Amino acid sequence: MASIAVPKRSPLSEALKGARRAAENSSSIWSWIATVDHKRIGILYGISAVVFFIVGGVEALLLRLQLAQPDANFLDPDAYNRLFTMHGTTMVFLVVMPLSSAFFNLMVPLMIGARDVAFPRLNAFSYWTFLAGAIFLNASFFTGDILNGDLGAPGGGWFGYAPLSLREFAPGHGMDFWMLGLQMFGIASLAGGFNFIVTILNMRAPGMTLFRMPVFVWMTLVTSFLIIFAMPVIAVALFELTFDRLFDANYFNAEAGGNPLLWQHMFWLFGHPEVYILILPAFGILSEILPTFSRKPLFGYAFVVFSGVAIGFMSWGVWVHHMYTTGLGTVANSAFGISTILIAVPTGVKVFNWMGTLWGGSIRFRAPLMFAVGTVAMFTIGGLSGVTHSMVPSDYQQNSSYYVVAHFHYVLFGGAIMALFGGIYYWFPKFTGKLMNEPLGHLNFWLMLIGFNLTFFPMHISGLLGMPRRVYTYNSDMGWDFWNLMSTVGAFLIALSVLVFLYNFFLSLRRGKESGPDPWDARTLEWSLPSPPPEYNFKEIPTVDSRDHFWNTKYREDETGRVVPVLAGGVVEPEEEHGDDDEHGHGIHMPSPSYMPLIASIGFPIVATGLIYDYALVPVGFALILIGLFGWVMEPATEED
Amino acid sequence: MAHAAATDHLETSTGIDNKKLLMWLFLASDCLFFGAFIAAYLLYRGRSVVGPYPEDLFDIPFTSVSAFVLLMSSVTMVLALAAIQRGNVRNMRIWLLTTAVLGTLFVAGQVYEFTEFHHEGLSLSTNLFGTTFYVLTGFHGAHVTVGVFILMSMFIVSMRGGIQQKDSLTVELAGLYWHFVDIVWIVIFTLIYLIQP
Amino acid sequence: MTLAEYRKKRGEPLIREDADDAHDEKHPSALEYVQIGVILAIVTAVEVALYYLDLDFTLLVTLLCMLSVVKFGLVVLWFMHLKFDTSLFAILFGSGMVLSFAVFIVIVAVEHGSLT
Repeated sequence: MASIAVPKRSPLSEALKGARRAAENSSSIWSWIATVDHKRIGILYGISAVVFFIVGGVEALLLRLQLAQPDANFLDPDAYNRLFTMHGTTMVFLVVMPLSSAFFNLMVPLMIGARDVAFPRLNAFSYWTFLAGAIFLNASFFTGDILNGDLGAPGGGWFGYAPLSLREFAPGHGMDFWMLGLQMFGIASLAGGFNFIVTILNMRAPGMTLFRMPVFVWMTLVTSFLIIFAMPVIAVALFELTFDRLFDANYFNAEAGGNPLLWQHMFWLFGHPEVYILILPAFGILSEILPTFSRKPLFGYAFVVFSGVAIGFMSWGVWVHHMYTTGLGTVANSAFGISTILIAVPTGVKVFNWMGTLWGGSIRFRAPLMFAVGTVAMFTIGGLSGVTHSMVPSDYQQNSSYYVVAHFHYVLFGGAIMALFGGIYYWFPKFTGKLMNEPLGHLNFWLMLIGFNLTFFPMHISGLLGMPRRVYTYNSDMGWDFWNLMSTVGAFLIALSVLVFLYNFFLSLRRGKESGPDPWDARTLEWSLPSPPPEYNFKEIPTVDSRDHFWNTKYREDETGRVVPVLAGGVVEPEEEHGDDDEHGHGIHMPSPSYMPLIASIGFPIVATGLIYDYALVPVGFALILIGLFGWVMEPATEED
Repeated sequence: MAHAAATDHLETSTGIDNKKLLMWLFLASDCLFFGAFIAAYLLYRGRSVVGPYPEDLFDIPFTSVSAFVLLMSSVTMVLALAAIQRGNVRNMRIWLLTTAVLGTLFVAGQVYEFTEFHHEGLSLSTNLFGTTFYVLTGFHGAHVTVGVFILMSMFIVSMRGGIQQKDSLTVELAGLYWHFVDIVWIVIFTLIYLIQP
Repeated sequence: MTLAEYRKKRGEPLIREDADDAHDEKHPSALEYVQIGVILAIVTAVEVALYYLDLDFTLLVTLLCMLSVVKFGLVVLWFMHLKFDTSLFAILFGSGMVLSFAVFIVIVAVEHGSLT
């Protein structure tokens, strides 16, 4: 859409312009609310994700307390269901995805040599819509009589299987909040997915060809493609559920001939690409940390990139392995069993490449590398238990047992979360100018690794001993007591490690050592900038001539093939100079702050609340969305001075 | 934005305009959206346990006319683009308005069709046919409505001189969306209306 | 260095050959658009006529699907300029179409198999 030069300045447009100017002042709160700067949006994503990580973690601790002893009565079955639903939904949609988004936002423009993403306001819209959905979903807790232990939260599982998610079996409004909240995360993720694909394809610095891009950028690209193709599928499934729950439609109504399995197909058709949406960004982070701390280029760059692309493609052909026991027949089960075994191949390729990167490197065991190595090991365990699920007969035994819980926590916690923590330790200095405390980082790592294994390894055993997942308690004579107690102890160790992390984070923020621009002697473009980078990132857009461009400005090989430092190499861009060009002192026109994305985003939870409680609110919400979008189109992206 | 649109894409790595790439990505993604709803319709075809059934309700001559109307709106849309690319603002306005009117006609036809079906006893909750038919065609109708809205906004903006030859990309993007909505109806018309086991 | 300067320095064309603006001149004329519109109208008329002919069901389905593919192709290739624009758009849109087609065929097939 074109922005239109409105000839006459109305009082309204003057007021709007004034509000945007107020947000230009980088220290005011408005500058964060109206921000379109990718770095600030990334930081907002990161903070929100950590807050929800704590929320989801507390939910997990409550679940583990209930399961610590047999026949416990700490939580009633209903509260237990609601808490495990919220724990799963929170960790997938409110923690791992936004934390990955935080890194996309923070890193991608810096790594490809761009000043911002392609659509800065769309980026802000993604974040605010995500936050609106997150608050909306968690507000469901308060729709019940929470003081008497009656939680209003959804209780149908993060997978929301029909018919358990239908009104008949999930009365109250919990699942309504779930399905509408998820719809908002979908909109936010889609907007982000479109934005990052365009950014990566179109905003690269001169000379930054696709095969000179850092692997993290590649993984962002693959993830974004998975998002734009997978999210519409869950959107449709959620719409179908919405029509069934709110308007008496029959999609999953067996009485009318409907087939509840349709939900499972749609959910897992989305859900399996989603698994890779969660893990591929972590793979990207590993592929940046490992070369830096081994002081070697990534081993087999092309293999890592192409196996990531292959995983993206193959993730569309494996969804039925979540449904082996639903009776689809031997042909379907065999075909999807084979495709599931095959997807382990590109994943294995990556693991070998990471090991090859470490092999023969001059390794420095700093905190980010500890997390990265831990991730490779833990993810491999999770991957191997995943291969055992791909065998249909074996899966019949493991299905819906704690063995499955162990598996996906090994890949999602041991894989994604640990890598994301590594990413925080790695890039914290870039955005704060301070190093994180190293001994505390090691303490954090070891507590987390031990706690994690103590929590989830015993679940393999309790699962194989027959303990079903999603049960709120168990009998003492089943032989599961010891393993469950171990898991609970481990969960509290993880909680302790997170407390150490938070302490380290705030301590380092206030009193961390100055990091300088390139504390790790790293390879990618973001380290050529001051820490924190200026608003416009690059004063002059760099010209890239090789895959490890920044490294090559610092080191070269001499005649004997030894790596030697380049004299006066690795020149880092100078700090911002003041006094020239314009009021910001750099003469680079950046997109102006905008309130419009936020206004449009606020419309969504209002529409959703209206659908649940009072239709009168629906047009109000839509009006707000329209006002936001119209204002967005009509206001100039960069306010003229 | 508009004043820079003509040169923006020279500065992109692929030489493709950011907004145009965004639009194509959106359309690629929307394929999955409609694909999923069409699949649900096909999966449940012939599985309704009570009537009314499609063969009791479908009025093929009427729907053919509305399919024709939407198809012709694609022609007028592309003529609007051809006009602005030659710098003929007046003709572009005429074709934009024609497209919007044809789109409105299509939506009106759908409203009439829904009302008729409802009178004959088909609601969202009557049977699987009611559920899958109303939701699929309803979402398509919503897409058309959004399209009409965009076209009318562009018409109003152009009356104030806001769309010139250099802004032809704006018309092109609206056109891409409009044609996509049209091809979805081509698929729906054949699979849902004409092919009835 | 801006991208344009970089390309100039390396002697590359300012606009990549497959970029959308590289062949503005190849865009169809208004007359061609109208001609395609007429074809679309005729095909639609044939479709409706086929519906009323008492054809064998398999034959009818085959013919109708072929005709709707023709319509689909005309709109996408000419009206949406996929024939003239960069192949990236065709790849993106094609991926969406193929993916959508493939996975939903599998779902419908698997579910019909398991229900009957």
